[in-house]
Amino acid sequence: MIIKLTGGKVYDPASGMAGIIQDLYIKDGKIIADPIDRGGDQPVDKEYDCRGKVIMSGAIDMHTHIGGGKGNIARTMLPEDHRKDPVARTDITRSGNGHAMPSTYVTGYRYAEMGYTAGFEPAVLPINARQAHMEMADIPILDKGGYVMLGSDDYFLRMLTAKKDQKAINDYVAWTIHSAKAIGVKVVNPGGINAFKFNQRKLDLDEQNSHYGVTPREILRVLATAVKEIGIKHPLHVHGCNLGVPGNMQTTLDTIQGIGGLPMHLTHIQFHSYGTEGDLKFSSGAAQIAEAVNKNKNITIDVGQILFGQTVTASGDNMRQHANHKYASPNKWVCMDIECDAGCGVVPFKYKDQNFVNALQWAIGLETFLLVDDPWRIFLTTDHPNGAPFTSYPHLIRLLMDRSFRNEVLATIHPQAQLMTTLGSITREYTLDEIAIMTRAGAAKLIGLKDRGGLAPGYFADITVYTDNANREAMFTKPDYVFKDGELVVVDGKVVHTKWGTTHIAKPDYDPSVEKDLQAYFDKYLTMKLGNFKISDDEITEDGRGSLSVHPLAEKSS
Amino acid sequence: MTVITEVPSPFCGVGTDDLTVQVDGVAIKVTANGCVVNTPAFEQALGDANPRIAAKVVSLQEAVSKAASLLAQTKQPVIGGCATDVNGMRGLLSLADHTGAVVDNMGFNAARNNFLTLQDSGWMNTTLAEVKNRCDLLVVVGTDLETLVPRFFERYLWNEAMFLEDSKQRQVIYLGKAPSGNASTSPDGQKAQVLASDDGALPEVVGVLRALVKGQPIRAEQAGGIAVADLQSIADKLLAAKYGVVTWGAGALGINNHAELIVQTVSEMIKDINDKGTRCSGLPLAGKDGDLTANQVCGWTTGYPARVRFSKGYPEYDPYLYDTVAMISNGEADVLLWVQAFNVNAKPPVYDIPTIVVGRCGMLFDKEPDVFIPVGTPGIDHVGHAYRTDNVVAIRLKKLRDVGLPSTAEVLSAIELALQGASA
Repeated sequence: MIIKLTGGKVYDPASGMAGIIQDLYIKDGKIIADPIDRGGDQPVDKEYDCRGKVIMSGAIDMHTHIGGGKGNIARTMLPEDHRKDPVARTDITRSGNGHAMPSTYVTGYRYAEMGYTAGFEPAVLPINARQAHMEMADIPILDKGGYVMLGSDDYFLRMLTAKKDQKAINDYVAWTIHSAKAIGVKVVNPGGINAFKFNQRKLDLDEQNSHYGVTPREILRVLATAVKEIGIKHPLHVHGCNLGVPGNMQTTLDTIQGIGGLPMHLTHIQFHSYGTEGDLKFSSGAAQIAEAVNKNKNITIDVGQILFGQTVTASGDNMRQHANHKYASPNKWVCMDIECDAGCGVVPFKYKDQNFVNALQWAIGLETFLLVDDPWRIFLTTDHPNGAPFTSYPHLIRLLMDRSFRNEVLATIHPQAQLMTTLGSITREYTLDEIAIMTRAGAAKLIGLKDRGGLAPGYFADITVYTDNANREAMFTKPDYVFKDGELVVVDGKVVHTKWGTTHIAKPDYDPSVEKDLQAYFDKYLTMKLGNFKISDDEITEDGRGSLSVHPLAEKSS
Repeated sequence: MTVITEVPSPFCGVGTDDLTVQVDGVAIKVTANGCVVNTPAFEQALGDANPRIAAKVVSLQEAVSKAASLLAQTKQPVIGGCATDVNGMRGLLSLADHTGAVVDNMGFNAARNNFLTLQDSGWMNTTLAEVKNRCDLLVVVGTDLETLVPRFFERYLWNEAMFLEDSKQRQVIYLGKAPSGNASTSPDGQKAQVLASDDGALPEVVGVLRALVKGQPIRAEQAGGIAVADLQSIADKLLAAKYGVVTWGAGALGINNHAELIVQTVSEMIKDINDKGTRCSGLPLAGKDGDLTANQVCGWTTGYPARVRFSKGYPEYDPYLYDTVAMISNGEADVLLWVQAFNVNAKPPVYDIPTIVVGRCGMLFDKEPDVFIPVGTPGIDHVGHAYRTDNVVAIRLKKLRDVGLPSTAEVLSAIELALQGASA
């Protein structure tokens, strides 16, 4: 069967198309070249009139907490949040609940209804990876994947203390990616989650873990090197030190400098861009951070924009979450130490536009978006649900694309915060092409997806069709059509059909002898056998819904 | 005959995965690392694998159709038990969504003591490997740990620890209930300190302990039969420990009304200790009959733990109203579907409403249900996933034998499919 999308204005940065009117053809789930041009005689079975409409590939959220234990703690902890947003079952969709941390089915439907076709969980604890995959297996429509968390696990820190060579580290990192079925590697508060278990309450970039004597700076260097050398395309995904601490802008600048040119992705950088100026000793460091990002081409970032309202923060960074528990709203929170592996902290937050700090956080995120020049190196996130639920993306896109709207909102926030931001003077408005880069082509490239995030022949037919609308929030809230793997799943912003996406992974090489030391360590110190720890392929695929898509590695660099 | 090693158990709550079993036809024998909880559960005789309608042997298809027709005629079905693996819960929740049922895990009244605390104030908790390697002081509150988890001390306390010079020096304190055996005695003979009180006095005991941790003056000389001076020494030890762990079994506290307040007081005390310069964590013990699995899967599917109803077309949560027994006794339910794939002794409550049982093969009944569909046991008859007590680690269950029994997920999906056929 051939589907034709006729006459749409195509934004496909992956192939350099920015608003070119072009027909698209779909066959067997993929985009194909014009079959007539190719001399074929297959008729078009179904045609969609897309004249006057905007076409992009399906959007990819490269950092969203959609699978894993901390999310389920957040869900379970907040029944009052669900009660305000029940979602009834229909003939084709399951029931559930929404708002800050929606149930899995609702997560899939609502992402798809905004034109998203993939989401990546950034904090997969190796020991909790099974849960992350099981939750994501219950998210319909979307493709998914995860970045596995390392850097506070005792095995790794013992290796550093024992001065194991980079090759040994590389083998361990690659083995962990295999075992956890991940596509990238994340580090959260490098070594800090571990230090919290030794009762350290803060850990600066050059501060030593009291037990292991290693610093976050060393951890970052070693892990970023490993990721590069084993050929993982996604740069080391870094949630830096000192999240939320006034003055952490300097930590972030030092982190950029300290990585020595290695590829590094700094996530939810808004939370790491704070100065200490002004009467309230809290100011925007966005300009300095943006300048450093612009200058250092090895750095990519996502913003972690906050938007006003109730949400819940769920993070692996239990050290910082514990420090912030006094801001919990409502006043309940969870911190966990987890399996000599990592930790988590879940703290509900209500960001208020009349709160000086929150208002300035909002402005700092937007300043960052607008001051970073290269849309291929910055990504649109709210760090769902930490800055705001993902359902606020259309509103965020409007803030980026519509200066007068942005300034209207700016005029309503805490007056002191208005004085402390340059936002009002920034004239930049994001273009549709730039939005398509940030949320499609750039994201696919950053993660290393070989055949997603583009509309050229050969790509999977993940396609979103919007009605062009000067109100960009309305436009991005309700696409006319969304196709997933060539199947029409959304019409006029409502799910009309569901299917199951795939799980994107990478399979870097490693020396199998890495398991010798690991086996001994597992037997001696952990609570699970090594063989039972590793996730097998059939755990993802045996129910007939899941599948694995393996993506190519980068060329070996050394 | 085959021997299978590193077998994980879904029965004991702590996810023991070092069992060796011998499989001889349908017979299973635990030959290494068994315990009084796991060994009988693995070695349980298979029983009659035939489905029945009103005590008469029928085909699986007939039993499924009958179950579907009973559910089709219902106004308010209740799905009780909810003791199965992750895939079983997926099938169960899908069927519940379809039929507007109430879903109620059989362990919920115990688990509620924890959930109400989580939903009201939260906690700071830890997991088993952290206990094994970091815990230098274990306080057991109101629970006979070794009956609940026979191998707890052997596996998680009296072993080599990464961060303790001598793990035999770990201190164990029982507060409230005294231990029933000597598992808590360290390998070098150091016995646990026991501060016993009546179960009913536990709220008072933990209330005073928290006050002492916070440095509040206490005028009384004893609380719940325990000298305040002794409680003060526990408070001092908790504040002096590097990594104290306080554990409780939510079900063991149930003699007290609103036992969630015990869990909450303990959890708030742990938070206080962490604000007073040292580390301390809680460790709720659970994991029987798939309770954590039910709550996890229900959590991500609905946003709520496993006491929800779907009768309005979307999930609603009420920790009290949707109790299986209460609903049936009050005449609020008109059919019971009992799902219990782990435990032949966990039978459905007996009532006059039509009852369908999807149960572990070999289950015997006080009153024959209208429909009985024997299913395989996750971790014996089919692969699967189950959660262990710390709620973080999901274990991969193995298939040990093939006797042709369907899984819970297969049966519940077949019933849902039959219902769709009936309504089409």
